[in-house]
Amino acid sequence: MFKTLIIMKILVCISNVPDTTSKITFTDNNTAFNSNGIQYIINPYDEIALAKAVELAEGGNASVTVINVGDQSTEPTIRKALAVGADEAVRINAAPRDAWFVANQIANYVKENPVDLILTGRESIDYNGTQVTAIVAELLNLPSVSIAKKLTINNNEATIEREIEGGKEVVSTSLPVVVGTAEGVAEPKIPNMRGIMSARTKPLNVIEPIDVTVLSKITGYESPTPRGAVTLVDAGNVDELVNLLHSKAKVI
Amino acid sequence: MSILVYVENIEGDFKKSAFEVVSYAKAIADQTGDSLTAISIGQVADENLSKLGNYGASKVLNVQNEQLKNFVNKAYGSILAEAAKSEQAKVVVLSNSFSGKGLAPRIATKLNAALADGAIELPEISGDTFKLKKSAFSSKAFATEELTTAVKVIAVNPNSYEVKETGGSATIESFTPSLNQDDFSVIVKEIVRATDKISLPEAEIVVSAGRGLKGPENWGIIEELAEVLGAATACSKPVSDADWRPHSEHVGQTGIVVSPNLYIAIGISGAIQHLAGVSSSKTIVVINKDPEAPFFKVADYGIVGDAFEVVPKLTEALKKFKNS
Ligand SMILES: Cc1cc2nc3c(=O)[nH]c(=O)nc-3n(C[C@H](O)[C@H](O)[C@H](O)COP(=O)(O)OP(=O)(O)OC[C@H]3O[C@@H](n4cnc5c(N)ncnc54)[C@H](O)[C@@H]3O)c2cc1C
Ligand SMILES: Nc1ncnc2c1ncn2[C@@H]1O[C@H](COP(=O)(O)O)[C@@H](O)[C@H]1O
Repeated sequence: MFKTLIIMKILVCISNVPDTTSKITFTDNNTAFNSNGIQYIINPYDEIALAKAVELAEGGNASVTVINVGDQSTEPTIRKALAVGADEAVRINAAPRDAWFVANQIANYVKENPVDLILTGRESIDYNGTQVTAIVAELLNLPSVSIAKKLTINNNEATIEREIEGGKEVVSTSLPVVVGTAEGVAEPKIPNMRGIMSARTKPLNVIEPIDVTVLSKITGYESPTPRGAVTLVDAGNVDELVNLLHSKAKVI
Repeated sequence: MSILVYVENIEGDFKKSAFEVVSYAKAIADQTGDSLTAISIGQVADENLSKLGNYGASKVLNVQNEQLKNFVNKAYGSILAEAAKSEQAKVVVLSNSFSGKGLAPRIATKLNAALADGAIELPEISGDTFKLKKSAFSSKAFATEELTTAVKVIAVNPNSYEVKETGGSATIESFTPSLNQDDFSVIVKEIVRATDKISLPEAEIVVSAGRGLKGPENWGIIEELAEVLGAATACSKPVSDADWRPHSEHVGQTGIVVSPNLYIAIGISGAIQHLAGVSSSKTIVVINKDPEAPFFKVADYGIVGDAFEVVPKLTEALKKFKNS
């Protein structure tokens, strides 16, 4: 058996987000997110990125580093990523102010520690920016694909299927590249006991952040106004529903 | 100074979201007293380009170049940043479409601009400060973002701003950007577009179904209902996970976020992760056999009943209504 000597370095960006079932509320006169009682998880799209990276590393010719921009409270999430199969982790020690800040930290890390493939999720489910992927790429002068549904790597070449309105597009590019992964790229992996045990001893390096200019800031939050009570229509009287949709809701 | 709006074309045609962003940018230009320049990249006929005048653009920059036939975010980002500079644009507006999401951050980075992604309303403008409302926490909340940079980039969500015809006209100018070969390392190999299908994020009506449909063989009634309504079809996550429907139809927190005028949910329980992707729909209709299904709590109209009986009847009633 020959083992290829090419070692591909993969960096997976993971974000620590409120569990998808969380009720979202705010404090400080609606200027801050209320994290009271919130369970944090790896952003679901980042789990896909991580699963893909671990898949690519099976067979031993790639190494997987996860990176998170966050304060110490994100370490349980980072350990989970190590338990899923990443080899090592980096935490940039700062609260993730916004996508611009996060992307600058990640790009700065990559400048000093070059990699062949950078995977992010398509978006974080808290701020839903779909920004980090393309900003990191722009700062590093690299190609990127923001919403990938499939990803294959062959030698030095990535083939990526991305979503477009009403269809899909297949593109290819040589490494390094930044890819934002969506469903279809891989199935999220659940850590096994061995993974959980070994995660405890895998390296987690903490790095101090660089200064980044502030471009924008969030000044307040609102919760959506609740809808009025539902108008129920009898199953035997669908004409009434058609009528309501036409004359009352005016949507048909 | 000017406002620059990038209009995306699909095989040479502008879709509704292109006119939406022009209308949106025009409303900003009217407030700031700037002129509105639109820019198009690709192979678009002059007759299509001149349509943009009717939504408020006074000038259209046309970038036609064989190498730019296909969208490559890095190359398009460079061109739009270059155009923004040469037009002295203080705001760049574009659609928060799939391509727009890969493009807007690049333009903003090149211009040292703050980026508002997923804007759902016009900005509140006072001097050089823009305040913008966008959805956050997967539609479970809204955030107001303040942009103070000299140049600003705004990516507008499809279906969130109404198209407005102004009756104006635009001059068309060709724009020749400097191309950097380094920007073309991504090569488009294949584009597959189901032209007969309505694109989900842009659809005004969405008919969506869940596990209550029991199996992929039962989707005929969903497609027939969608057809009479001219609607796009969607589904819940377990449905696409089980490959009953393609992943591209999955809506929700981890799928596509939609905000149509009408969302019809059939045999979907209304889990919080599903609601996150659909709650900004203007009108929600729920058809479910379980009166306790959580979806009824966020619906405008509901029918408690068996989808296999109700949906065909509804389709018939709609056909009758459309023909009357
Ligand atoms: C991290 C995470 C992310 C998620 N993201 C998403 C997401 O983005 N989108 C999403 O949809 N889900 C998501 N989910 C899954 C979500 O929690 C629910 O499991 C899912 O939405 C349920 O799908 P459903 O309503 O089709 O199925 P079910 O919950 O099984 O509901 C089926 C419904 O059909 C009704 N029914 C049955 N038979 C009939 C009939 N004959 N006629 C009429 N009604 C009938 C039932 O009463 C029931 O209400 C996510 C979950 C997690 C953990
Ligand atoms: N704080 C963070 N640390 C590391 N990666 C992040 C962080 N926030 C976002 N990302 C990555 O960027 C992707 C897109 O995030 P966003 O642009 O916020 O939607 C996420 O799926 C993550 O992969």
